[in-house]
Amino acid sequence: MSNYIALGWSDLALAALFLLVNAGLSIWLRLGLARQLLVAGARMVVQLLLVGLVLKWVFGAASLWITLGLALIMLGFAGREVRARQARPLAGIWGWSLGAGVMAGVGLMVTSFALTMAIRPDPLWSARYALPLLGMILGNTMTGVALGLDNLLGALEREKRAVEARLLLGYDKWSAMRPQMRRALRAGFTPIINSMAATGVVSLPGMMTGQILSGVDPQEAVKYQLLIMFLIGGATGLGVLGAVLGAAWRMSDARHRLRLDRLSKAK
Amino acid sequence: MQTALIGPVDLTLAGGEIAVLSGASGAGKSLLLRAIADLDPNQGEVVLEGRAREDMAAPDWRRMVGLVPAESGWWEARVGAHFRAEPDPAPLLAELGLADALDWEVARLSSGERQRLALVRALQLRPQVLLLDEPTSALDPEAVSAAEAVIRAEAQRGVAVLLVSHDAAQRARLGDVFYTISHGRLAAAA
Repeated sequence: MSNYIALGWSDLALAALFLLVNAGLSIWLRLGLARQLLVAGARMVVQLLLVGLVLKWVFGAASLWITLGLALIMLGFAGREVRARQARPLAGIWGWSLGAGVMAGVGLMVTSFALTMAIRPDPLWSARYALPLLGMILGNTMTGVALGLDNLLGALEREKRAVEARLLLGYDKWSAMRPQMRRALRAGFTPIINSMAATGVVSLPGMMTGQILSGVDPQEAVKYQLLIMFLIGGATGLGVLGAVLGAAWRMSDARHRLRLDRLSKAK
Repeated sequence: MQTALIGPVDLTLAGGEIAVLSGASGAGKSLLLRAIADLDPNQGEVVLEGRAREDMAAPDWRRMVGLVPAESGWWEARVGAHFRAEPDPAPLLAELGLADALDWEVARLSSGERQRLALVRALQLRPQVLLLDEPTSALDPEAVSAAEAVIRAEAQRGVAVLLVSHDAAQRARLGDVFYTISHGRLAAAA
């Protein structure tokens, strides 16, 4: 990476001017967005600076336990986000644990697979590889899982009569919920399919752009990006499937009833 | 049998007999029907001709104990997709004035049409018990008599019918035995 161009703080301050211009426009046009824009911008600066510090420390410490601990914290935030994006999540511990559990399962599985079979850093759990990989996989899986769950639970609630009509005609619970489950899976898969289809034509993926900017040969950067997209696609698919099946199981019982009482109270 | 909201309820239905159930809104009529069909969690003993409900899979139970709710559910665009090929629903549909309804769109059905179609759909399974929740509430007088004739024919075939009705005249026309329900408690009525 001989031709990597390091940025100075003054370069960043200059770029931040664009955001200030936007805020000024918002005040001038009375959009009422200036405050939100500046708060979000300030949050981003603080969060990223902190992450930079933490990652520098973690890479230096090179400890398996610290890496695992950070992975757990990331999972916690992803689980919280999945729950927050649903209009009416499952009630009780299920609302938290189904999404987080599924993401923990596929996230750790796919990340370990990539580390042991494809990238093979030394040591295998090296935070420099493990954490960014897990982050990208979790970020995408999270979107899919949240969409899938929200779609399924919303549909079961809205289409209660149709589901129960099928139950009353002697369908078992899986057949009775099949149309809703199928749509939920579709909703969960759509973003990743769209992003695979548009990648490289409409948008250059952020990670690949980053590697190219830091001086990596574009063809090498493309290989890394493909690896990541395969991992993300696989993890999202498995995550959405697990979450939708788990939620459908929880929303019904052994006597093939639809259990809307297992949703959290309406907001 | 009881649920969180109704009961305990002790009720026996006889084959070939139409039992009518009345009671104020919110008294638990629909909940009682749902509990018998095992659509809501409930405790207690429910038996069909000596066979306990819990010894059967719930879908098998619901094929024998058919519930037609007051509001029917539909999941395909076309009416015909909600019906089995066997037994042929056409004679029953014709009897209820819906001869060519299988080609219609669900979105364009009137509530009275939905009500009659849901009845035919449930009867295709040849249930031994029929639980009907206000099956004629949205029908005009002519359609009411046609639907009542169908219900009576089912009873004559030996089916045990439990019918919820708000209409005193209909209760008198159809009922063999009478019950009222109030605050989730069932009582025999004259």
